[in-house]
Amino acid sequence: MSGEALLLSLRLACTVSALLLVIALPLAYWLSFTAWRGKFLLESVVALPLVLPPTVLGFYALLALGPHGWLGKVWQALFGHSLAFTFTGLVLASMLYSLPFAVQPLVTSFESLDRRLLDASSVLGAGRGRSFFRIILPLAWPGVVTAVVLSFAHTLGEFGVVLMVGGNLAGITRTVSIDIYDRVQALDYAGAHQTALFLLVISFVVLSLVYGVNRRIWSPWSNR
Amino acid sequence: MLSVHIEKKFKKAGTPTFQLKIHEEFLRGFTVLFGPSGAGKSTLLDCVAGLVAPDQGRIDFDGEIFFDAGKGISLPPQKRNIGYVFQSLALFPHFSVEENVAYGVVRLPTDQRSVRLERALESFHIRKLRGRMPGELSGGERQRVALARSVITEPRVLLLDEPLTGLDGALRQAILEDLREWNAEHRIPILYVTHNREEVDAIGDRVVAMVDGHVRGRGTPQEVLDAPRATALAQAAGFENLVHGRVLELRASDGVMRVLLDDSACELEVPLGNAEIDERVRVAIRAGDILVATELPYGLSARNVLPGTVESVEERGTIVQLQVNAGVRFAVNITPGAMRSLELQEGAQVWLVIKTHSCHVVTPR
Repeated sequence: MSGEALLLSLRLACTVSALLLVIALPLAYWLSFTAWRGKFLLESVVALPLVLPPTVLGFYALLALGPHGWLGKVWQALFGHSLAFTFTGLVLASMLYSLPFAVQPLVTSFESLDRRLLDASSVLGAGRGRSFFRIILPLAWPGVVTAVVLSFAHTLGEFGVVLMVGGNLAGITRTVSIDIYDRVQALDYAGAHQTALFLLVISFVVLSLVYGVNRRIWSPWSNR
Repeated sequence: MLSVHIEKKFKKAGTPTFQLKIHEEFLRGFTVLFGPSGAGKSTLLDCVAGLVAPDQGRIDFDGEIFFDAGKGISLPPQKRNIGYVFQSLALFPHFSVEENVAYGVVRLPTDQRSVRLERALESFHIRKLRGRMPGELSGGERQRVALARSVITEPRVLLLDEPLTGLDGALRQAILEDLREWNAEHRIPILYVTHNREEVDAIGDRVVAMVDGHVRGRGTPQEVLDAPRATALAQAAGFENLVHGRVLELRASDGVMRVLLDDSACELEVPLGNAEIDERVRVAIRAGDILVATELPYGLSARNVLPGTVESVEERGTIVQLQVNAGVRFAVNITPGAMRSLELQEGAQVWLVIKTHSCHVVTPR
């Protein structure tokens, strides 16, 4: 089993789900509450990674991040190196890939909120910020947890995008799923099995913890 | 004084356009907004609170502009300082009673905040409940919490959207009493939406009757609701009988007209309305305003005596409702004692006696 690959995968998944939450919260808020007629366009863009093959997504991400891509050029000008085949590049591509898994649970839970609670909050003098942190976020908590867990799990298990954007550099871009693939290619079934099983157990434990805790957080409020 | 002069159109596919058009001044004290559901009462409150923006017009309170379409001013709800109790109450489910009530004053310094909190809890007698969650409260308690939460900001206007719906008479009366006491001290305009006639009578003061987005009458409950001039209002005000007919004859000198009811030979003498001969009209009559006689009465001042047959007898607690076919079917309320002494049962031959001024001519809308 490759501890290096595992640590890298966990680091990637943690970074991606944390950054995604920061981006997805305002995006989901806007999607849930805007009256803009064209919002279906943005919804479609957010959902694209759900239907595109990871290789397609990875290909365009590679083009954008590479030394000739727009993002790659900006990055190169700022930091002096390209984004392709780096951990940062991997994080950016993974964020794009997991975006719908973070946004959709949030939108669902925001939209199921009783709007009158928000009306009550603003009539009582609260601006948008206070309404968001005191009313929306606590009541949409299960959605927030689901968003984090799903984007974490989805990033942990991704393969195609990583391979396209990151390649296979040990300690930099070789994640668990690529490590498993390598071992299978090399007919090291025992090594592949060890890593795969470990990943399976970790995923199961994390999910059960989250769903178990989540239910307990929710229960005192559900009997309204 | 809260002055509201607004218009707003609502378009929804498949339904006729709904237009809210209100020109009204609301004085300090209670004003009951009465009308059938869909009349636009809650929308009016939402406009005053700033949750819905009117298309046209102006809303101001003692000269301070809340909304002015012409000047492009629309104060957001959090800057209007208006108390609003929603029909659903909208208590925050994740906050305790105390946190709910104090929500509007979290910006105040701690000492002022606790003074306000204690006063609000005291006004509606919910001190004991402060640690409870909304899910653990009974109906009346939830309403008290919502009221306390809405008044803690010392609002300039209080909007109450059927705040006491679902409570029995005694409990409603007790909460209304607390509300009155609170307002005796604060003297602000209170807009109280209801479609419950009992609540209107209990609050008393002024009534503004709304139908289809428009004000259809204003005055005391008696003036507005005992002689409704719109069909929807008549139904909402509890006129059980709404009969259709055609004007036969106008007797302007007597202040009455005769109306032939549809599909029958029945004629009714009704107060002179704003109608021409041959015009179609509707007449609203309360079931409790019709007398029943088992023999043809004579020497009566009442001008309408109609023979008929009892079709059904239904006991509803302290009243008995008869359905009497007199060519047209009338609902008639009598007391259980009257039913027993008249020995009324299905198939009995009776005469209905209706005073001219118990008949109210209403317009179709």
